Amino acid sequence: MLRLIKIEFQKLWLNKVSLVLIFISFILPFTVLILSSIKINFFGFFTLELGELGIFNFPIIWHITTFFASYFKFFFAIVVVSMIGNEYSNKTLKQNLIDGLSKKEFVLSKFYTIVFFSLCATLLIGIATFVIGMYYSSYTEATIIFREVEFLLAYFVKLVGFFSLCLFFGMLVKRSAFALAFLVVLYIVEWLVFWAAVYVSGTVETAFKVKGFLPLESMYNLINQPIQRIVMTKFPEKTDIMYDYAVHWYEIAIVLGWTALFVFLSYLLLKKRDL
Amino acid sequence: MEPILTINNLTKKFGYLTAVKNLSFTINKGNVYGILGPNGSGKSTTLGIVLNVVNKTQGDFHWFDGNTTTHDALKQVGAIIERPNFYPYMTAEQNLKLVCRIKGVDRSKIEEKLAIVGLLDRKDHKFRTYSLGMKQRLAIASALLNDPEILILDEPTNGLDPQGIHQIRQIIKDIAANGTTILLASHLLDEVEKVCSHVVVLRKGEKLYAGRVDEMINSHGFFELKAEKHQELIGLLELHSNIGKIKVEGELITAFLNEPMSASDFNKLMFDKGILLSHLVKRKESLEEQFLQLTDNQ
Repeated sequence: MLRLIKIEFQKLWLNKVSLVLIFISFILPFTVLILSSIKINFFGFFTLELGELGIFNFPIIWHITTFFASYFKFFFAIVVVSMIGNEYSNKTLKQNLIDGLSKKEFVLSKFYTIVFFSLCATLLIGIATFVIGMYYSSYTEATIIFREVEFLLAYFVKLVGFFSLCLFFGMLVKRSAFALAFLVVLYIVEWLVFWAAVYVSGTVETAFKVKGFLPLESMYNLINQPIQRIVMTKFPEKTDIMYDYAVHWYEIAIVLGWTALFVFLSYLLLKKRDL
Repeated sequence: MEPILTINNLTKKFGYLTAVKNLSFTINKGNVYGILGPNGSGKSTTLGIVLNVVNKTQGDFHWFDGNTTTHDALKQVGAIIERPNFYPYMTAEQNLKLVCRIKGVDRSKIEEKLAIVGLLDRKDHKFRTYSLGMKQRLAIASALLNDPEILILDEPTNGLDPQGIHQIRQIIKDIAANGTTILLASHLLDEVEKVCSHVVVLRKGEKLYAGRVDEMINSHGFFELKAEKHQELIGLLELHSNIGKIKVEGELITAFLNEPMSASDFNKLMFDKGILLSHLVKRKESLEEQFLQLTDNQ
């Protein structure tokens, strides 16, 4: 396993484009996080301090940081599809196999890298959130701090699932740009399924349940949008805006199921293909 | 003899096209083998199958004694297919390090192998700055990294200039002299003739011949003759039992042998009959003539 990760890391590390993208995907969420946590003074007219809104309070901060940080996954998604696309366009995939890497090892080396990257991203977000939370949060009792730490797990699963999807698309179409376009196509297809479900079942709620089983929507469902929750904390008496934002085990199970399927299908595609 | 690669009734179909048809042959240790055939005769497909990048349709093959999996066997094989494939953004040395990681061999060999192909002074240059000849030599260095039991080369001189071709051939000969088994696929007949001891001839995916290069056609060779007494010579040749077909092109008479006969015996015979030869050469068909004969017959 270490050997496979080392092989993939050498390929990524020496490639300037992927290196830059990896750094962006790590650095950018941090910069945004830190910038938003400091007090910004607009030339003495007014000061903007997001911390005062209570968004950096435990436990809601876990929810907010993981939700916004997950948008930066697109940078690494480009790395994932290009690390497949490049292997095809340079024909190095063929050479790797001739040199003695099995098709299974090839797919696994990509998957391990995805897992490793997701783990690093999760750890970093976890640490940053903890530090900022300790600084701003009004509550610092251990039970409150670690109450919603499952958002980190959801974040990790979400990253692994999304990158596995990219891996599969990369394998399927062999070209980085087309693979990214496929993500958009899948997004549209999921909405088409949703409207079909609305038409068949007649209710929007059932349709959303159906959509919840589809790859992109199931990943999105892991960490629901926190805006409504922030509003809820401001107006606790308004019960009509209550919604279910928790991380549920079945949401994780659906995404893990898709992940396993995508990795397996990538392997199957490669195995059937003549290079 | 120790078998390195055994192929049994291998068949590969791409849709309606049969690229390899019921192919069987064995590669033994220590020989230099050529796979000869025109473009599209299934050479690369056959190599692709045994190297695990193309899926076979039928039949089977095994490496060494048959107890090693193809995946493990490939770590003891060095192979170059068609074009040299490396990561353009890495230097030669970095590319070879990656190959070392894949094959699970020590990095200490990198310098030694780069020296063999004469690229040691360019090892820190990026692969994309290399000329085709250098790329091809790097590919050979890469294939040699694990000191392979067998080196597989698919059209190694394709697209190179004469100097590059010469360099590559010299490297191949040096490697063969060290006792490494070599399998060379080529459509260039003189290349196979110069380098190989054994040959497998393919046409449209079918095996036409497998065996030693010099036994490819059951032939005793032919004489090229010239003499002042042209007509008398032809008359004599037609009567002689050892001589089969006779071809006359102007002054030059070509007489094909049915039975083995040395040039000096023939010369003496002619002298005794009172014919003085002004030109006498005994030759065997070149591989090219043999190959064309073989592919035309079927």
